[in-house]
Amino acid sequence: MLTKRIIACFDVDAGRVVKGISFVELRDAGDPVELATLYDHEGIDELVFLDITASHENRNTVVDMVRRTADRVFIPFTVGGGLRSDDDMRLMLESGADKITINTAAVERPDLISEGAQRFGSQCIVVAIDARTEPDGSMQVYTHGGRRPTGIDAIEWATEVVERGAGEIMLTSMNTDGHQDGYDIPLTRAVSDAVSVPVIASGGAGNAQHMIDAITEGQADAVLAASIFHFGTHPILDVKRQMQAAGIPMRMEHADYDDVL
Amino acid sequence: MSDPRLADLDVIILDYGAGNLRSVVRAVERVGARPDVASVPAALDEADVVILPGVGAAADTMHNLRQRQLVEPIHEYLAADRPFLGVCMGLQALMTVSEEGGEHACLDVLEGRVVRLPEGRKIPHMGWNRVEQRRRTPLFDGIPDGAHFYFVHSYYCDMAEPEDVVAVADYGAEVTAVVQRGKLAATQFHPEKSGAYGLRIYRNFLIEHSANGVSR
Repeated sequence: MLTKRIIACFDVDAGRVVKGISFVELRDAGDPVELATLYDHEGIDELVFLDITASHENRNTVVDMVRRTADRVFIPFTVGGGLRSDDDMRLMLESGADKITINTAAVERPDLISEGAQRFGSQCIVVAIDARTEPDGSMQVYTHGGRRPTGIDAIEWATEVVERGAGEIMLTSMNTDGHQDGYDIPLTRAVSDAVSVPVIASGGAGNAQHMIDAITEGQADAVLAASIFHFGTHPILDVKRQMQAAGIPMRMEHADYDDVL
Repeated sequence: MSDPRLADLDVIILDYGAGNLRSVVRAVERVGARPDVASVPAALDEADVVILPGVGAAADTMHNLRQRQLVEPIHEYLAADRPFLGVCMGLQALMTVSEEGGEHACLDVLEGRVVRLPEGRKIPHMGWNRVEQRRRTPLFDGIPDGAHFYFVHSYYCDMAEPEDVVAVADYGAEVTAVVQRGKLAATQFHPEKSGAYGLRIYRNFLIEHSANGVSR
């Protein structure tokens, strides 16, 4: 049986891991490659690195991080942040990333999705969607780190990105992100029901029950979290045990490379 | 980290323009071998082990293999029953025909069709799935039955000769996970992305065939 995935996300600024609290405050949680290695060891299923550095001169730092991660980590990982062309995508994939994720650039130029899917395969194109449920109940796509409303309906956009070749959707709710009070279940459910590809729920994870809810009620295929892992308050294997106890198929083995090899 | 049993093994990872080979190279290095990446047919002559990785679509893979004149050398290599490991598209390319994006003739080493996964579940089949071992072969040394491996694919191999299928995974259909025939092995999942047990697949395959290399 296919297991549900727990994905750890690292926001990386100039080579260091940070996590935005509602995208405003930033706290430093360490070296991304060290953390990635530790999380792999502890049984994380997948990793995402989001480069939030403003300047593009930083590209070499990101490439170096991707290469070092690929050298040491033998689980899938995704890289995103500031990728605007298929050459940008190729650089990350050739450096060792398994998938790339695009957000604002995809909204500004949707052909980027089709071009990436055609050139590298849908399996490595993850479209990230930041959405907010507005007071009138509509679900709107935001760009630029969740700051800029687009007027685009989240469900329509999700459907379009899949038609264009996205292999997966990483869905962040601007309502719940940073609050550790649970994922946005109605939004997750609406998007997951609307598309044929896997949906990663993101934004709001505070404990294992939130992840269980996102999967059972929200129909998410994977759950993404950052803060709750970075500060050691919720060991990955503990969270997985709780999810398994709730009847969710999980990968429980977390074999040590040195023991197995 | 080099393994003395693997130090002299000539491992060739075939580069036919399928993109990212880095993770396969690193996995093979991590288990103690020193692989070479090659894209010319002559590379197969001296190889002790050939690894055919790959992602993407079958049509592109076959086009790239033809363009690099690798189709005949691969056939000759496999006809001589020399050690060969296919990964993901490197399994599907061995089949008779792929239905991905139309009908595309493949290498026809393994009889059967590459068909779309059944509707009703999310496609691609993406993530860690439980792999049931039908036969305990040396490829699974140190790997428990039911261990999870990382899959990413939308089409799967419907094998005409099920006795070659040594492991399966369930995803609406019974998905061919590992095929073995003689010294040919191929996996639908990505062992280089499947943690410690994935690396163990590479190690087991290389060690099994390093003994043959010595005795040859």
